Amino acid sequence: MKWLFRYGCSEELFLKRFEEEGKIMNAESFEIKACPEMWKDLGMDVERFDKMRLMLGEIYRKTYLTQKNRPVKMAYFDDMVAEIHGGRIKEILAAKAEGHPVIGTFCVYIPEEVVLAAGGVCVGLCGGSQGSIPDAEKILPRNICPMVKSAFGFKAGRICPYFQAVDFVYGETTCDAKKKTWEILDTMVPTYVMEIPQMKKQSDRDMWLSEVKEFKAKVEEVAGKEVTVEELKKAVKVMNGKRRALQRLNTLRHTKPTPISGKDVLLVEQIAFYDEPVRFASQVNELCDDLEQRIAAGEAVPGKDAVRIMVAGVPMALPNWKLHHLVEGAGAVIVNEESCIGTRYYKDLMAEDAQDMETILTDLTKRYMNIDCSCFTPNDERIDQVLKEYRESQADGIIHYSLQFCHTYNVEEIRIREACAREGIPYMFIESDYSPEDVGQIQTRVEAFLEQIRG
Amino acid sequence: MFVGVDLGSRAIKVAAWQGGRLVDYKVRESGFEPHRQVEEMIQEYDPCTVMATGYGRHLVKEYFAYEVITEIKAHALGIHAVLPEATTVVDIGGQDSKVISLNAKGQVVNFQMNDKCAAGTGRFLEIMAASLAYPLGEFGLAALDSDQEVQINSMCTVFAESEVISMKNRGVPRQHIARAVHASVADCILSMLNRVGYGDTIAFSGGVANNPCIVEMVRRSLDNVRVIVPENPSIIGALGASLHAQSQGRATE
Repeated sequence: MKWLFRYGCSEELFLKRFEEEGKIMNAESFEIKACPEMWKDLGMDVERFDKMRLMLGEIYRKTYLTQKNRPVKMAYFDDMVAEIHGGRIKEILAAKAEGHPVIGTFCVYIPEEVVLAAGGVCVGLCGGSQGSIPDAEKILPRNICPMVKSAFGFKAGRICPYFQAVDFVYGETTCDAKKKTWEILDTMVPTYVMEIPQMKKQSDRDMWLSEVKEFKAKVEEVAGKEVTVEELKKAVKVMNGKRRALQRLNTLRHTKPTPISGKDVLLVEQIAFYDEPVRFASQVNELCDDLEQRIAAGEAVPGKDAVRIMVAGVPMALPNWKLHHLVEGAGAVIVNEESCIGTRYYKDLMAEDAQDMETILTDLTKRYMNIDCSCFTPNDERIDQVLKEYRESQADGIIHYSLQFCHTYNVEEIRIREACAREGIPYMFIESDYSPEDVGQIQTRVEAFLEQIRG
Repeated sequence: MFVGVDLGSRAIKVAAWQGGRLVDYKVRESGFEPHRQVEEMIQEYDPCTVMATGYGRHLVKEYFAYEVITEIKAHALGIHAVLPEATTVVDIGGQDSKVISLNAKGQVVNFQMNDKCAAGTGRFLEIMAASLAYPLGEFGLAALDSDQEVQINSMCTVFAESEVISMKNRGVPRQHIARAVHASVADCILSMLNRVGYGDTIAFSGGVANNPCIVEMVRRSLDNVRVIVPENPSIIGALGASLHAQSQGRATE
């Protein structure tokens, strides 16, 4: 724990309260904390952002705090939401003031170990909300992915403190909408683009390794220091620790009946992208201890006979809780997210035994090349992975979730559908965006899918 | 008595089931506070067990129903009761359309539903009928009168409407445009049928099944498939819900 607080984060901010109270926040007292002075210093549109803060608090209350029988240890994560635009930003700014680089990202291909080794902070940027899309549509074409539009809008409208706090944004070439948007985004915030290949041949592997090295050089330049082997080895351990904690959580929620709602696990997976990794891992492990007790006591959320659904597909960036809310509102429970905000982020660990820089970076590149994003062709390993997670999670059916205009996931969906038909797995495909206009139709489809499974 | 209430986006349908037969049914256009309308419609059946379906099913449940089922299950149950040979249901409603694949017991095994847009729905036909100044009841018949193949390319209601307007202004006779509008809805249904797959007997339900042109266009496009329409397609969802009320009622007795 000591290691992480060298950034000057205030320990009391997060932990003291829970040690004293140790209980779940109730719906009435919950609010997303406001820090108007700090937001002003960050050059934000404070008035507008404050309205969004209130809306987010309201959505969170309705979606999360009305759930029954939540694990007590979710309290920490509730507080991480309450501090999302306050306490956590303060920590990040404090780190920045001490010369630690702060790097924003939208993708699980960012070599986080390298950022951590340089003493840096890696944060997932805002990009999961309808609220910023009108800002983006003033500039970007309308018919591109809502995540790209939402993210761009957050910067254009100056309504994401993370965007305002970063030294630079890590962009990648995982889709056309993103890679061309980086060119426009770069005029508002420095945007570094790492090339991710589209195939996994030897030449691609070599190129990837050299891209990792270039990224390391960029981080070192911003940090004003070179990363040592010792620092990198330590960072590898930290990231493995974080990923192991998430794997443990996912294995525990696979228990039948499951001790935790899918919404709660999704939230933990979302918070993984903006929390400090060591503290986060230790809190996830505490949650896991709590879940082990709940499993022993036979606690089931929502009940023993709930239909179990696995979600596969594109990431659901905070606060995109739309599908989980509909599925769990209909009495079922989500038991797995095969997604970048989900297993794709933590299913792979990397070797910890290498002793020299070249080998560590090669191992690291290998680890990242195992991520089965649909931007790759061929991508058979993802089809196998979906089926594997279906079996492990003891799910009763799969919902494939894609965002509109996400061509690679939308086309790969055909192969997932065929695999499910072959295996006799109940399957449904939902294509949606962040707007609420299709909630009625999706609700009908979700309920009909559950009826179909219940027979 | 077991009452099925299908609170749809355009109309409220009620079916009353007792002693193993349909004893009464009602169809009304839905307005504001549709639950009040439902209340009026079902008052005379009291005491009864109400099962709700349709877009407003959760609203009905809040007030009277003891359970809800989706319109997908309701249409499957309703069609299986009146046309047990049906392997596939095509339900074209006001706000969305669905293709439902059934097993021999009439259970849902797969379904497709158009999301997020009005293409291929009753609403699309309504807007286009209004744009061509046809009363809805005559729209399908007029389209059947045309023998001209003109085409609407856009699936989007808004763009399709501008296409219709530009056709009008090129002097294309309106029955030909009407035919093109129907062909666009039929194409949408056929593409869903192809995605879900279908057996040898397709049954229509929902209000748009009353439109003879849509049914005929689908029928002509499929070889070796029977395409049938039940006697009263609008109330199939309500009927299915009333049947489910009965089976649930028995189960809990």
